[in-house]
Amino acid sequence: MHKRVIFKGTVVPLLLVLPQLAITLVFFIWPAAEALWQSLLRQDAFGIRTTFVGLENFRRLLADPTYLNAFDNTVVFSLAVTVIALSIGLFLAVMADGVIRGATAYKTLLVWPYAVAPAIAGVLWWFLLNPTVGILAYFLQSLGYAWNSQISGTDAMILVVVAASWKQVSYNFLFFLAGMQAIPRSLLEAAAIDGAGPVKRFWTIVFPLLSPTTFFLLVVNLVYAFFDTFALIHTTTSGGPGQATTILVYKVFTDGFIGLNLGSSAAQSVILMAIVIALTAVQFRFVERRVQY
Amino acid sequence: MVENRPLLTIVRHLVLLAGIVSVLFPIWMTFVASTLPGDALMTGRLPLLPGDRLWENYATLLSSGLAAAGGAPVGPMLFNSLVMALSIAIGKIAVSILAAYAVVYFRFPGRMLCFWLIFITLMLPVEVRILPTFEVVADLGMLNSYAGLSIPLIASATATFLFRQFFLTVPDELLEAARIDGAGPLRFFRDILLPLSRTNIAALFVILFIYGWNQYLWPFLITTDESFYTIVMGIQRMLRVADAVPQWHLVMGTAILAMLPPVVVVIAMQRLFVKGLVETEK
Repeated sequence: MHKRVIFKGTVVPLLLVLPQLAITLVFFIWPAAEALWQSLLRQDAFGIRTTFVGLENFRRLLADPTYLNAFDNTVVFSLAVTVIALSIGLFLAVMADGVIRGATAYKTLLVWPYAVAPAIAGVLWWFLLNPTVGILAYFLQSLGYAWNSQISGTDAMILVVVAASWKQVSYNFLFFLAGMQAIPRSLLEAAAIDGAGPVKRFWTIVFPLLSPTTFFLLVVNLVYAFFDTFALIHTTTSGGPGQATTILVYKVFTDGFIGLNLGSSAAQSVILMAIVIALTAVQFRFVERRVQY
Repeated sequence: MVENRPLLTIVRHLVLLAGIVSVLFPIWMTFVASTLPGDALMTGRLPLLPGDRLWENYATLLSSGLAAAGGAPVGPMLFNSLVMALSIAIGKIAVSILAAYAVVYFRFPGRMLCFWLIFITLMLPVEVRILPTFEVVADLGMLNSYAGLSIPLIASATATFLFRQFFLTVPDELLEAARIDGAGPLRFFRDILLPLSRTNIAALFVILFIYGWNQYLWPFLITTDESFYTIVMGIQRMLRVADAVPQWHLVMGTAILAMLPPVVVVIAMQRLFVKGLVETEK
């Protein structure tokens, strides 16, 4: 799409894009290129000599059990977060859609956790499920479940999944509700007259019509679980116990900043970039299609 | 409402209330914990009602922080977060509205290249290019500074894209009329386009303020000097100490203070917030 009427000139527009272009080049393009280049290099233990090793870093990564473990963790974590946050968000939205009295109040009270930082969400759940002081941990222990998120890898994974989903439900709720309110009432009324009950109406009319929203949210939630949850893991389990909650983003950080293995960290960055680009591309294809509807 | 089913309505309300309770419960317990004396938390059985140490605990936090654990005072951290959130929000809006204006209203050499270069940043979140970006910022001498905290996060494809979409919907007749009246590009921008974009700017501001306030990894990497800690990342250092020294009441107070400003922004400007959220994600 282009404007029919425009201004003439070259200097003025170049000056206008200059700030954004400069920041983009210095802080985005250059570091990304740097990561690409470093992923092909390997430094010796003292950081003095750097040699070009081609795809050796990638080969080593894919043969490294700790990296494959981080990969598995990421898959488990992001699928769990996405499924839980999407289904609870959808369920609450379905319930809220038919409510007339107090609709705004419900919406306000359900939406605001969006504003809570992932790091803070982690802190809250870390506290509630802390084996010595946490009230939920106490509750679980009194039920006979020996909850200890600092020793058991499964418990730690449950903790980060719960915290990450808790924060994301509000976002999904908001988008599902907006999507449902865009569905023409006449469709639902026609179905009701034909004798379809609320459950049947949901599965045959509402859910199919929501599929663009669902798909969009699926991608957004995956991106969230892959990248935005770094803070949550860092404030709570720090990837532990052992490596039980180390996800890919967290490993880029630990290998790069703590392990100082630049080549490997850069190779991991490149793999992550490929994943984001793939997810974004999928999303854009879908957005284009939705525009045509 | 398609049909009247009293039982279903009751179920709906109950489910929503249950949802609200589970959303609020962690926050409520955090608040309760922040009003108790430190040793009351060590029993593992937290009371469900607030204690009487509200003012003492928050006063301690704001003035000295977790002094016992060598933590930074919370007041300056809140200030740093505010500076960072405001500079990111204002900076992003300013930078991207200008870029969008140039891309939409001019034909200049390299226009599409600029557009794609900006657009590609959408695909490069900080988390995936941590080390190289850190090196660039370190080379520029921007560690431990407000500039280092905000400028690398200012470029935003989403904001530019949003403004571009909006500018494309502005009728061409406005520009024709302005040109007949002798307005140049800057005058048209200031007197016509900017006032028209007011709601978009406000909605974007709400989203970007929350985005800036909630940044974690970036401030964590580039601040080693306590006086530049932001609150969202500062809390992590307190937490590590809290596992060893019983300071949970103060850590939870800090958590409350850290989430208060963005939550207030969302609740007070809910309409703008929803608009911003839905539009930036389109």
